[in-house]
Amino acid sequence: MIHRNLLSYRGARYLWWSLGLIVASCILYVTQGDAQPPNGGTWQGYVLGTVGALLIVWLTLLGIRKRRYSSTMGTVQGWTSAHVYLGSALIVVATLHSGLQIGWNLHTFAYVLMCVVILSGFFGLYTYMSYPQLISKNREGGARAELFAELFELDRNARAVASRCAPDVAIAVDSSIERTTLGGGIYSQLFSRDDSYFVRGAGKPVRNTDQQQVIDFVGARLPRAAKGAEAANLQQLIVLLCRRQAVLRRIRRDIRLYGWLKIWLYFHVPVTIALLVALVLHIIVTFFYW
Amino acid sequence: MYQIAIIGAGPAGLSAAARAAARDRQARRSSPSYILLEGFSAHAKTIQRYQKGKHVMAEPGFLDLRSDLGFGAGSREKILSAWSDGLSQLNVNIRYNAEVRKIGGGKGAFSIQLVSGEVIQAAFVVLAIGLEGNPRKLGTPGEDLARVQYQLDDPKEFSNETILVVGAGDSAIENALALAEQNDVWILNRGKEFSRAKDANLNAVVAAITDPRRRLNCYYETSIKSVTQTGGAVPLTVVMQTPAGEKTVQCHRIIARLGAIPPRKFVESIGIKFPNERADAIPALSRHYESNVPGVYIIGSLAGFPLIKQAMNQGYDVVEFINGNDVKPADHPLLEYQFFGLPFERTVDEIVERFQTLIPMFREMNALAFRELVIESDLMVAFPPGAEFEDARRRMAQLQKKLAKKDPQPRMTRVIREGEVIYQPGEFGTSFFTIVDGEVLLEATGPQKIRTRLGRGEFFGEMSLLSGRPRLEKAIAGPGCILVETPRRTMLKLMNSNEEVRSGIDWIFIVRELQRHFAPFASLRELRNIATRVTLRKLKAGEVLFAEGETGDSLFVLRSGAITLLRRQGEADQLVSQVRSGQLIGEMALMGDPIRRETATANVAAELIEIKRREFLELTRRDDARLDPLQKDVSRRVVDKARMQVRPEAGTLMNFLMDEGLGEATNVLVIDEALCVGCDNCEKACAETHQGVSRLDREAGATFGNIHIPISCRHCEQPHCMKDCPPNALRRSETGEVYINETCIGCGNCEANCPYGVIRMVYDAPKKPGLVSWMIFAMGSGPGEQPDYKPSAKSKEKGKKATKCDACVGIKGGPACVRACPTGAAIRIGPEQFVDLVEERKR
Ligand SMILES: Cc1cc2nc3c(=O)[nH]c(=O)nc-3n(C[C@H](O)[C@H](O)[C@H](O)COP(=O)(O)OP(=O)(O)OC[C@H]3O[C@@H](n4cnc5c(N)ncnc54)[C@H](O)[C@@H]3O)c2cc1C
Ligand code: HEM
Ligand code: SF4
Ligand code: SF4
Repeated sequence: MIHRNLLSYRGARYLWWSLGLIVASCILYVTQGDAQPPNGGTWQGYVLGTVGALLIVWLTLLGIRKRRYSSTMGTVQGWTSAHVYLGSALIVVATLHSGLQIGWNLHTFAYVLMCVVILSGFFGLYTYMSYPQLISKNREGGARAELFAELFELDRNARAVASRCAPDVAIAVDSSIERTTLGGGIYSQLFSRDDSYFVRGAGKPVRNTDQQQVIDFVGARLPRAAKGAEAANLQQLIVLLCRRQAVLRRIRRDIRLYGWLKIWLYFHVPVTIALLVALVLHIIVTFFYW
Repeated sequence: MYQIAIIGAGPAGLSAAARAAARDRQARRSSPSYILLEGFSAHAKTIQRYQKGKHVMAEPGFLDLRSDLGFGAGSREKILSAWSDGLSQLNVNIRYNAEVRKIGGGKGAFSIQLVSGEVIQAAFVVLAIGLEGNPRKLGTPGEDLARVQYQLDDPKEFSNETILVVGAGDSAIENALALAEQNDVWILNRGKEFSRAKDANLNAVVAAITDPRRRLNCYYETSIKSVTQTGGAVPLTVVMQTPAGEKTVQCHRIIARLGAIPPRKFVESIGIKFPNERADAIPALSRHYESNVPGVYIIGSLAGFPLIKQAMNQGYDVVEFINGNDVKPADHPLLEYQFFGLPFERTVDEIVERFQTLIPMFREMNALAFRELVIESDLMVAFPPGAEFEDARRRMAQLQKKLAKKDPQPRMTRVIREGEVIYQPGEFGTSFFTIVDGEVLLEATGPQKIRTRLGRGEFFGEMSLLSGRPRLEKAIAGPGCILVETPRRTMLKLMNSNEEVRSGIDWIFIVRELQRHFAPFASLRELRNIATRVTLRKLKAGEVLFAEGETGDSLFVLRSGAITLLRRQGEADQLVSQVRSGQLIGEMALMGDPIRRETATANVAAELIEIKRREFLELTRRDDARLDPLQKDVSRRVVDKARMQVRPEAGTLMNFLMDEGLGEATNVLVIDEALCVGCDNCEKACAETHQGVSRLDREAGATFGNIHIPISCRHCEQPHCMKDCPPNALRRSETGEVYINETCIGCGNCEANCPYGVIRMVYDAPKKPGLVSWMIFAMGSGPGEQPDYKPSAKSKEKGKKATKCDACVGIKGGPACVRACPTGAAIRIGPEQFVDLVEERKR
């Protein structure tokens, strides 16, 4: 394999940059002495603050660089690798800048927003590093569309076989297909909620989570099958329904994993915007109303 | 009795008939001296068959039109109606539905027999029947009934009928699927499956046949025995041969899609000779388009000229020639410009003749083909640096200025300095060089610098031409050198139609490969002698070169294609090595172990040089410089193979990669699924850097383990897509990228020829709001190809054009897809790195 992931990009060169930045920040912090409280008011504090603010702006610029497709300024992978390492170093830079003076004020609010962005970044990094592999395994080389194609094929075949069975079996299978749910809202996607139902006998729809109930229902009919042909049909139907269950599990898993892989960016980016606003206010407040 | 019978009313035939009509008018003849015979019910069947509204291009741009009929770029409808206006204005004597079946007699008295049985007499015959051929018929009684059709223009035309569709190819499947929307359709397949069809069609038809709700069914292993019109509500009675015996069914209609019969058989029946059996061979013609049968002239695409304008010009010229008027062909000025910078003054015809006599290999070529070769080639002339060179360059600049109005980049003599490098090692050149005069110096790279001087009549560059690999040596212009640089396509066409040229090039290729691999310092005379005793082998894809366990007495140099070596392990075959063009195979047999330890199979069509023990020993006796490195290579390869053998998973992966075409690839996009987050930034980058249309489909394409090969160009060593592009719009850059230039006419040949499905026919995409408008004001669909975009009226008019990955040739920084991938999942790699894909991580 010759691919390199985000962390090992160019022998993890930005890890070293980031460590260098952390060490430099610590030295700067230590040299402040105790003339003033270490809350950003010293020249060292100003330097740390400036570096932190510039870092935040630069980290945000990834969103632009990622879409400047003809840019020859490095590669997006290089930028993202640096983003991840230097973004992590930002915790140290900003914390030292704040001198851990926490209170109910705008400054702390900006700091918290920053921590939220960074933490979501860590979560995102985790999904980027581990989920693709899981998704790929789950799909076994096919695309999601292929799983759906197989599902529809199974639906068709199951309906066809069911139509040759007793009416209640046909109704059960038809309704289980019609009332299978997939995806749905954000919550359902991320937690694979399954609201499937099917109609048993003449009664009301009953829950059919993971398709198990309809399989059991058809299975229970088997010992009571009247003719040889009916038994054969039921057997065939059970195989189809089980395969359908397996495919549905896969699709749900795919939707869930994929959802997590995407959802954090919908958090990371808006909070980044909020952070930028808070940062600007923080700077204005510092300089004009101190 | 006519003077001229013109057969086929395509662009070539129409233009010929128009010229004859104009001549008649000038001579105030009351009855026509010619007749135009067309098999179809309208003129220009090939053009009538283009899709509706297709924009027809008038390539090549540098060639002027010479015809009594008009033609310029425009919609299919406009061109067809301009021609029919022209036909009526000139009152052209045309007969429709007059397919010619047989031509007998000879010059002065040909008898031309139509399908109807009627016979027409003429002194000369002009064959302009194109290459499309006529549909293959059922070959059973009833094949000519009106309800037995060989073409389906509009499937909506029929509803609630019972229709038999005969055939198992793509057009049969597409027709059957479309008809089944509102008819009961039975598809008759002679075989057990639909193996000839495209994957998409195959899946669709099988799904439709198994779906009880669709009105499509299939008879497998079934053929028609007879068709009779019995009348009644369901008028046709069809007797079929099925696996279960004879069966009779009723239907309304039969649509037979059995492919076309290439016109070659018919042409040969007239007595016209083709140089060989190759499907793309072109009959030999004189400068006046006369074939080996005196009095029979061939023009248009059948004569090897694939574009409309060329066909029309030839139509004009051929009638003039037959009437004894030796006009200068329309392409005459092109040659004048080509020859303008030569250091001597002669007429164009003299120069062409002189060139041909100076180059032994081209002496046997017919005049027309040689002329065409020079027109399509570049002429390079070297001058000593200094005043002479400056003077020549000035003259060319003046000519260019003069021509600039018509063509911003006119083709004319290329003036170079003596000592200038013609190409560098590692460059992807595909052209072939012939030395007309002076000298060229070749400098081989590698541990030993080997210099070879070539002189008049010799040639070079054949290795890249034949194997598609980058140049191996440096070529330097020597004193007084005049070169003809012929593009690959022209050269391949020539090799396919001229045995002398083919064997001449094959032979020198072998000489140089022997020299390179085995005996760099042996004398050329000896090498040439040995080369005559070495054989060239050709394998089709899937064919076996040698089998494990055999005893071998020869080694092979792979000239083009790719070969895999498999070892039997228990029940399964395991891949242990993959050989690319330019490498050796089976060398162990001559260096230690006579038993073949692997089975060698061709992945794609391959060509090899086979060297027997005697020749091998002779070579190494002459010159032992290469013996030591060869032996080292052998040892290394034995170890490599063993290493692969103990890792069966690597072998399977390699096998997968070969199936995906990496054996012939030079540059391929490989995605690591363990890293890809599916953001499609790669696709977006592609669209954003290529006028809004993505040339890559990330999600589609095959996957094995973590390795995903998306639908994107492999930049093949010998690009299949280039094979028959009429305007030669597919090019390869010096750095290897295969791309399509703006002369594409949208014919779709490349799309059909690429085995990896990477070429798309698309309309230009409309302009989108910029990044800032999208980010801040949410305008437009954001970066990337706009899904289902609506082409503007202008791009509709321009028509669909072929697009494919050009590996971002000319874009700073290289492939945009790779540069835009945030996770490092997408990389583009060349053959040197393919092995790394299967190597274990050392970490
Ligand atoms: C999809 C497509 C798009 C193309 N686009 C372009 C383009 O944009 N610009 C361009 O320059 N070129 C284009 N070409 C190429 C162009 O169509 C051909 O070069 C041109 O048609 C060749 O002309 P022709 O007269 O030699 O043969 P054809 O046009 O093929 O004409 C042959 C004629 O002979 C008739 N015929 C055949 N056999 C017999 C027989 N036995 N008896 C009587 N009549 C017979 C046929 O019915 C036909 O009408 C395209 C080709 C295709 C397939
Ligand atoms: C205050 C600090 C940070 C800011 C302001 C910030 C901002 C951003 C922005 C604007 C993007 C672009 C999203 C897009 O346009 O698609 C992004 C992407 C990303 N960030 Fe951060 N980020 C910060 C810290 C971090 C940290 C600490 C990590 C991980 C350790 C991280 C990991 C990522 C990743 C993995 C991406 C996705 C890249 C992609 O898919 O293109 N970020 N960030
Ligand atoms: S378009 Fe297809 S045939 Fe042409 S170079 Fe690319 S992969 Fe090969
Ligand atoms: S840019 Fe990279 S991560 Fe995104 S889809 Fe393409 S290969 Fe996958």
